[in-house]
Amino acid sequence: MLKIKNLKAEINGKEILKGINLEIKEGEVHAIMGPNGSGKSTLSAVIAGNENYKVTEGEITYQGINLLELPVEERAAMGIFLGFQYPIEIPGVSMVNFIKTAVNEQRKAQGKEPLTAAQFLKLMREKKDLVEIGEKLTNRSVNEGFSGGEKKKNEIFQMAMLEPKLAILDETDSGLDIDALRIVANGVNKLKKPDTSTIVITHYQRLLDFIVPDIVHILYNGRIVKTAGKELALTLEEKGYDWIKEQVDGKK
Amino acid sequence: MKIEKINKELEALYSANIKDINDYSSTTINKHRESAFNEFKKAGVPTKSNEDYKYTDLIPTFEKDYNVTFKPIEVQIKTENLFKCDVVRLDADVTLLSRGRYIEEQKIKEFPKGVIVASFNEAAKKYPEIFEKHYAKYGNTKSNSLYALNTAMAQDGIFIYFPKNSYTEKPIQIINLLLDVKGFFYNTRNLIVIEESAEANLIFCDDSLSTGEFLGNTATEIYVGKNAKLNFYKIQNEHNESNNISSTYIYQDKDSVFHSGVYSLLGGLIRNNFNIDLAAEGCESDLYGLSLVDKKQHTANFVHVNHSKSHCNSNQLFKTILDDNATGAFSGKVYVAKDAQQTNADQTNRNILLTDSAKMSTKPQLVIYADDVKCTHGATVGQLDEDAMFYMRARGIRQKEAKMLLMYAFANECISEVKIDALRENIQDLAQRRLNGELSLCRNCSARVVNV
Repeated sequence: MLKIKNLKAEINGKEILKGINLEIKEGEVHAIMGPNGSGKSTLSAVIAGNENYKVTEGEITYQGINLLELPVEERAAMGIFLGFQYPIEIPGVSMVNFIKTAVNEQRKAQGKEPLTAAQFLKLMREKKDLVEIGEKLTNRSVNEGFSGGEKKKNEIFQMAMLEPKLAILDETDSGLDIDALRIVANGVNKLKKPDTSTIVITHYQRLLDFIVPDIVHILYNGRIVKTAGKELALTLEEKGYDWIKEQVDGKK
Repeated sequence: MKIEKINKELEALYSANIKDINDYSSTTINKHRESAFNEFKKAGVPTKSNEDYKYTDLIPTFEKDYNVTFKPIEVQIKTENLFKCDVVRLDADVTLLSRGRYIEEQKIKEFPKGVIVASFNEAAKKYPEIFEKHYAKYGNTKSNSLYALNTAMAQDGIFIYFPKNSYTEKPIQIINLLLDVKGFFYNTRNLIVIEESAEANLIFCDDSLSTGEFLGNTATEIYVGKNAKLNFYKIQNEHNESNNISSTYIYQDKDSVFHSGVYSLLGGLIRNNFNIDLAAEGCESDLYGLSLVDKKQHTANFVHVNHSKSHCNSNQLFKTILDDNATGAFSGKVYVAKDAQQTNADQTNRNILLTDSAKMSTKPQLVIYADDVKCTHGATVGQLDEDAMFYMRARGIRQKEAKMLLMYAFANECISEVKIDALRENIQDLAQRRLNGELSLCRNCSARVVNV
């Protein structure tokens, strides 16, 4: 589904990604772990299409299409979803209006008719329960007055409404207590289908107890330095990031 | 120098037409003309060397050629299709002006409970005692030369009177239509008196039915009596060759409430001067302003709020969105006198620039002499929130749509305060269409007004 070859990217002249190679097949869950500053959020931003980052080398192919030629909104319309590490508050833009516009843009891209107001509200009611976010969503501006945990739940709610093919969850667990974590992970798991893929970006192993990955990558200094099965996450937890740093820097 | 030529021409215009100006008006009004004209002669049209007009250049507007008349115009209105007009879809009692002159056949309209809507000129003749009490009492010819010019030259406009305890079923809407293929220079004079405990909902609309260069110099004096409530909204939707300078003086008596919004959508040059005098205790004064400008429009709002007594609250929120080469200015001066304790005064000006060539100048001013007060002010000039834009686009919302959502959210804070439900929805709709680039000359209006 997603093929990344030798991806290099910079921001404000500083190179963050120094040659990423990654391949994700349909139905797979990949975890990307790494210390702070390793480039985890940069990677997700570049895949989503954030224009603040400049891709200097390499390619990203999504379902056979060159992603780097498409603007943000077109990538989203093709089924790529980015769960933000810090979801944005947009006062004055209603949550309902925001989601409805997003859903209908998706449907347009897929050649479907837009949902009527009634159909949309029905869909919202169905999906709300998935993350136990309840009445917080109607009559509100996007993320306005939401706690950190509520914002993260709202990301998963949006994911439920948009039903993406590739979900990139950028540190979705940061700032969550164990109960919120369980709800969020549960939501993600329920949304998984045999033909969808998930990239879980996280600093800690804890989330991976709930969203079990098929493959774990470790990102350090802008490169993927280790790739293995889910046991790698446990090893990392045991030995810490210093272990990686020694391994990688020690080799030099 | 250009300004000297302009001032001489205006002086000559007055001197050459003194007879007509006075003949077609009344003694009550005429007796103020000479001293007002002398004040105008002293100061002339303000130039950029006048601190208050630093950002608004009036010379290009005043040096153009306009038609002028000081004789009344006879008009016949065919109003059957009038109500297709953009803003005229409200359930309100409508009265029409054209180029600042009252053009309906019924010169004095009497509503239940003694409420009156009338031609300013005719009302001055019929109700001299009200005019003696209020006319030219709240404006200041010494500090505002264009107001002085208006006091010297204006003959007509609208008169609205709400006696004690009165109110009307429907809001009152005054529509000033600009029409004539050749442009006009005109002075409109309005007097609004809301007596003790009355409640009034007034909507003033400036619309165009034709293109052409117009220059309107309007003055409105408003008296809000003890415990009275006035909701006063102005919608400026002319066209980009029209120029509109307005001076609105509001005098508030004890425990009165003044709630006002000015919405500037179209117009080449719009300059609004507001002067609010909180002359007694317990007043509440809220003023909202929204300007949506593009191309080469210029819009300037100058607000002066005078807290002379204690326990008054005033609040100003002005927002502007500027596109292309549009320019704007805001100056909000709040003066709190020494004895005006327990004053609450808030002033906020927020502006969004959509291009590098748009320009906004903002000057908040607080002059505070009392010591037990709460005054705040804030001014920002910025762009649309980039993070919010990316967030929306990352959900598949196209850039243009995302921009619209953000701009509308920004503008709506000023519109959501409108207390008349139907009007609020109307303005929200107008704002959306304006932001979309859909709003223009009121082409839907097919009223035909014939000049005889």
